[in-house]
Amino acid sequence: MRDKPSFFQKSSDGSPWFVRAGRITHWRVISQAFFFGLFIFLLWTTWFSRLGGYPVSLFLELDPLVAIATALSTHTLYRWLWRAIWVLALTLLLGRVFCGWICPLGTLQQFTSWLFNIRKNNARFDANRYRPIFRLKTIILVVLLVLAAFGMLQIGLLDPICLLTRSIVTAAQPAMDSALPSSLSWLSSAPGAPEQRVFDGAWFTGGLLVTILGLTLLIPRFFCRVLCPLGALLGVLSRFSLWRIERDVTQCTDCDLCLRACEGASDPHDALRKSECFVCFNCIDDCPESALTFARAPLPIKDQIEGSLRQGTATLFGKKVLSKRPETEIKGPDLPRRRWVLAGALGVMAFPFIRLSNAVTKRGYNKKAIRPPGSVQESEFLKRCIKCEQCINVCPTNVLQPATFKQAGIEGLWTPTMNFRVGFCQYNCTLCSEVCPTGAIQKTSLERKLGRGEYKKEGPIRLGTAFYDRGRCLPWAMETPCVVCEEVCPVSPKAIGGVTETITRHDGKTVTLKKPVIRPELCIGCGICERECPVTDEPAVYVTAVGESRDKERSLLLTSHKKRGERP
Amino acid sequence: MTKTCDRQDAQRDAQRDAQDVSCDAQRQKERRAFLKQLGIISGVAIGAGYAALAPPSWPLSLRDPDGERGKPRPKVHHLPAGGYALKDIGTAPLGIAHGKNIDALVRGAIDGIGGIKRYVTSDDVVVIKPNVAFDRPAVLGTTTNPEVLAALIRLVKEAGAKEIRVTDNPIESPESCFERSGIRTAALKAGARIILPSPADFELLATPGATHIGTWPFFWRPFVGATKVIGVAPVKDHNLCRASMTTKNWYGLLGGRRNQFHQDIHGIISDLALMLRPTFVLLDGSRVLFRSGPTGGNLSDVRAGNTIVASTDSLAADAFGWDELLGRKGEQLPGYFQQAAARKLGNPTWQEARVKRVRLG
Repeated sequence: MRDKPSFFQKSSDGSPWFVRAGRITHWRVISQAFFFGLFIFLLWTTWFSRLGGYPVSLFLELDPLVAIATALSTHTLYRWLWRAIWVLALTLLLGRVFCGWICPLGTLQQFTSWLFNIRKNNARFDANRYRPIFRLKTIILVVLLVLAAFGMLQIGLLDPICLLTRSIVTAAQPAMDSALPSSLSWLSSAPGAPEQRVFDGAWFTGGLLVTILGLTLLIPRFFCRVLCPLGALLGVLSRFSLWRIERDVTQCTDCDLCLRACEGASDPHDALRKSECFVCFNCIDDCPESALTFARAPLPIKDQIEGSLRQGTATLFGKKVLSKRPETEIKGPDLPRRRWVLAGALGVMAFPFIRLSNAVTKRGYNKKAIRPPGSVQESEFLKRCIKCEQCINVCPTNVLQPATFKQAGIEGLWTPTMNFRVGFCQYNCTLCSEVCPTGAIQKTSLERKLGRGEYKKEGPIRLGTAFYDRGRCLPWAMETPCVVCEEVCPVSPKAIGGVTETITRHDGKTVTLKKPVIRPELCIGCGICERECPVTDEPAVYVTAVGESRDKERSLLLTSHKKRGERP
Repeated sequence: MTKTCDRQDAQRDAQRDAQDVSCDAQRQKERRAFLKQLGIISGVAIGAGYAALAPPSWPLSLRDPDGERGKPRPKVHHLPAGGYALKDIGTAPLGIAHGKNIDALVRGAIDGIGGIKRYVTSDDVVVIKPNVAFDRPAVLGTTTNPEVLAALIRLVKEAGAKEIRVTDNPIESPESCFERSGIRTAALKAGARIILPSPADFELLATPGATHIGTWPFFWRPFVGATKVIGVAPVKDHNLCRASMTTKNWYGLLGGRRNQFHQDIHGIISDLALMLRPTFVLLDGSRVLFRSGPTGGNLSDVRAGNTIVASTDSLAADAFGWDELLGRKGEQLPGYFQQAAARKLGNPTWQEARVKRVRLG
């Protein structure tokens, strides 16, 4: 029996243990774990009692695709989006370091593969060879950027940070909460919430994440290699990076071992596909000949050739060159020029198809597409919202829900809307406007939301207007006292009034009823009346979007605010 | 020749014997395997048959012929018989203190009913229930004044209570209600523990004799091990029951479909009085929300009350609040007063009771 090798023994080349332990791939794993932990921590702190000045939407603000796409759609950069410069600079210097070292969705996929995707023999190498399908992500990127230039922001569907944030917020967090025992409720994503949080379409957003992770069993890092528009963007940019994986062809024995764990499928055994490389350094680790290094990229060979090939005067290192030499790297994405044009054309065509489907036009808007307070006017909103669901994450009452196709069409899928059967917009709360990374919900002070102080003339932000269904209302239809709606109405004077009547009921008993009515000039559409209405399946008082103050086209009354502050 | 044949025969016999032996062994093994398998199958079949067919009262039986047995049977909890009230009061049931200094008022009012030491001793785990229903600053008078709460906690602490829990199940989101009302900071600073509701904290509570809430989801966790309960409620106008004070305050201990309560609000408040018999209550009349209740929202809806009432009879305290703090003396008391009084849960004619009234600085 051989002795079990000690962890601290010298390596075969005589270097001490810490050289081996301090391999750069170990640092990469530490970096991935750190950023994944930070990502989860920031989502977890996105809650009333945990907000302590943390940059809770940091990863979304670091995301260059978010910054570039919103800059294309709005011609501005909102609040903290300049932070994307950090990732841009890193990429231009070192390549797609973000993908290999930082991106939490990449980490999650790599971890899934490491845990479940055990391959043998040649399958290990073949899984990491480049495939033509990998160019799909670049086409997706072009389509999304063209749409953004038209003012339709759809990057959130596939941007990895948006996608992972959304899946965790709407599916993973509530699932975790429901498993926590009462004694650990402080650990939950929503401590102090008396009811389990629920989200529309959690099966879809959660299922999407599970599918993405599952697909890594077919192709490692399937999402990163095939679909990720952020990866494609960083791939396009990484052509300018100064450093890259360098293969010393005089050392290389063409064993292909570098493919064993190549995350990006970037062909390190051949001409390196710079736009695919995640700079994970696995190839350097796996190379038995030490033929691979991370080094300053040399000049392209064609630039090193002196003289002219055509005239036969070409020389390289003083030797005559007869034919073209293969390059040691492929800089850009593997997309022929006509495919770029096709991708652009797809984007140009998609815009009218989607926009003219009437979900966001003046007459086509859905009565239940009620946006959070501080939201900009709808077409502007769709230029900004990246469907990341941070607003939904921070909402203390669970009223904010990811929109389904039904409410907001394909264009507004997963954008935040209010479902007043689930929650209500809390009067003194503006948290959603604090965490929005792109200004779809503008940062809004309480004064502005409630129409106080310098905003007194403007009046409060109205989300919609409440209406009564007198056929379902207990006092109106069933001779039964109620008016919970009036009790909870938060504005003063209350936007729900009514007439008190004493009637003789069908059974001869005398009852005093208060039959509620809406005072539309006071109603702010917060929906607490709908939330508390005892007719829970189809509330007898309900809020619809008409009357919302963010869009004049959707106003209801000729003079909305004239009566504000007057006592009836 | 024969010799050779004999030898050959003998060899063949020996071989055959050996073969027979091995065949026997083989057969024996097969037989054993068969019997073992048969045993397992019959064991499983008999076990399954027992679980499925044995009468429900037998142990390990799963039999459920009509589907009734499989329904969930949630545990129903009970508060201690007689509630948390002291048996023999022997002092004035109503202590009223007027003035501006909150600390002095709280102490003065409680001294009026015999002093805190009478009610809280060193072994007590005390639940204090303020009204934190809404996410509003304290000045708007919709929630219990945090200074009053803090003064009360300090007194209870002074009396030596082992643990003080402050709890409520608000209408709006609990964390922000506790934060913005100032209750959180005040309670923590004064040395109490805050218990906010979470979905697993609610249990069914039985209230024998109640009209509507015979069994109802109750915010149970704070009451596990509790020995004394003190309510501290602001004086508020209410759109439906006209006045929300110390009796209505227990609404915040319930979960479930609270929005049905308004169909018989007076019956419900009378039930609440039956459900929870507190050690004593404080009526926080430092501010009075005299209109637009219970939510208020405007400073013009609030006026100073400069009064704290301590009482072992929440109906008397509330009736006092109605008369002197809401200023509705002469108007008929809301229905829940009569209903609760008819159940002998208190005496709304507070003037009849012994009243200790002091004026402090």
